[in-house]
Amino acid sequence: MSALVIIAAVTLGALFLGVCARRGHDMSLEQWSVGGRSFGTAFVFLLMAGEIYTTFTFLGGSGFAYGKGAPVYYILAYGTLAYIISYWMLPPIWRYAKTHRLVSQPHFFTRKYDSPALGTLVALVGVAALIPYLVLQLKGLGIIVATVSYGAISSTAAVWIGACVVTAYVTVSGVRGSAWNSVAKDLLILAIVLFLGIYLPLHYYGGFSDMFRAIDAARPGFLSFPARGSSVVWFQSTVLLAALGFFMWPHTFGSIYTAKDERIFRRNAAVLPLYQLILLFVFFVGFAATLRVPGLTGADIDLSLFRLSLQTFDPWFVGVIGAAGILTALVPGSMILTSASTLLANDVYRGMVNRGASDATVATIARVLVPIVALVAVGFTLHGGATIVALLLMGYNFVTQLFPAMICSLRPHNRATRQGAFCGIVAGVAVVALTTLLHWSVGQLMPFLPDALKDVNIGILALVVNVIVFAIVSAVTQPRGAEQTHASAH
Amino acid sequence: MLLRVLAALPFIGILVGVAFVNRVEPLVLGMPFVLAWIVMWVVLSAIIMAVVYRLDPSNRQLAADAEEVRP
Repeated sequence: MSALVIIAAVTLGALFLGVCARRGHDMSLEQWSVGGRSFGTAFVFLLMAGEIYTTFTFLGGSGFAYGKGAPVYYILAYGTLAYIISYWMLPPIWRYAKTHRLVSQPHFFTRKYDSPALGTLVALVGVAALIPYLVLQLKGLGIIVATVSYGAISSTAAVWIGACVVTAYVTVSGVRGSAWNSVAKDLLILAIVLFLGIYLPLHYYGGFSDMFRAIDAARPGFLSFPARGSSVVWFQSTVLLAALGFFMWPHTFGSIYTAKDERIFRRNAAVLPLYQLILLFVFFVGFAATLRVPGLTGADIDLSLFRLSLQTFDPWFVGVIGAAGILTALVPGSMILTSASTLLANDVYRGMVNRGASDATVATIARVLVPIVALVAVGFTLHGGATIVALLLMGYNFVTQLFPAMICSLRPHNRATRQGAFCGIVAGVAVVALTTLLHWSVGQLMPFLPDALKDVNIGILALVVNVIVFAIVSAVTQPRGAEQTHASAH
Repeated sequence: MLLRVLAALPFIGILVGVAFVNRVEPLVLGMPFVLAWIVMWVVLSAIIMAVVYRLDPSNRQLAADAEEVRP
């Protein structure tokens, strides 16, 4: 019971912080969604870093290490490459957003390509990618609460409770609530993950080397990339895709706007890679679990961290771990909910339905949409079976389709046209949706490829189709009188 | 240009390099070799980006008003 008391207290604390954060700021749309563009290095850092430390890393990262072994290393790699790209990519986005007072990602595309239809499309792609992301946070919440209550609360009830808490504080405080809770969350998760990642290998195996030797002996090949399936080629293609898609998430794109000045991004590019090393300890927890709590398969691999904790610690400490886990789901969950509802209100409603809507109306609609989006996510959570990492990879494949149009629009003389951008994104997203629904792989679609290439992440195929369509349509739809040059799609 | 070449190194190290170091032994700092390789590149990336930040003239112009205001 003590475990349950601790997580209840932390949940209420998070809610309290979220509500407090509202004080002293009138909640205009700009204030609610981008914090009035007033955040300094530390806060932007936390918002961006906070998005890495979600349930996905805490439960998904350890679960993936437990269930798949070496392929989990990809999580450490893609963020690092994304931060390097961010050094050059984020400052121009920020400058443009500030000049034009943008509050959302579709806004950016609407202005750059002078096309509200493109903005609406981007909003819809964003929402489609955010739903699996929200689902995976709620799934994590369910696992944590059900485990920590030792079965007293069913995971279905836990998902409902979690959805209510996130909805409550997003409705009252918007992005500021997320920033303050990010501080609390990051400190707690840092301490817990470091402790677990060091203690568990030492306790059960006597040391890191001993642990990895034992795993290597028991399961040869588990600690390096296999020749087929999640092979090196899979790693390369997945890391590349995720690095390109990293900042294309609507909420991540939105957190770019919260910065006070552009140097913040350049400075963070040197620090954020190091911050990622915490992930290493998450992996260690998963690896420690492989030989200690064997037998979890399918979507259950996400339970490995908690199974091992239950077996190792007293209930009160399991409660502390649970509390950290709850924050990793609530904080990003609230960011995602804010983004999804702002997207629907500002970009789908104002973009398509009622062009003349006032900021006040849009802000109200955004808040009304919060519980509705949460409800949809609860529905998917209770009726889906995919693992946390699988859900995230699908979302990534969706948002990465926005990359070509975004990067072209940053060029001083953008030859790409709105029709090109629109068709490219539609084509890319269609390929992702089709292949995901039908469970096609590159190997099945193109059996003539050499064996090694068959393991390429299907998202690469979608991105290639996207770029080809983007280039061809842009070339065909060049405005009259333009010079005779081909449209370059990156 | 030099800055971008520097920044390209981690891409080569991680994306290309992993194909050549995909093995468990020798363990480095207790980690499988391929994992240690990736970790090394994460650390190197941070160092490289710190160097890039120092060398980049666009940061120097703004350095005068570098004072940070708390949010």
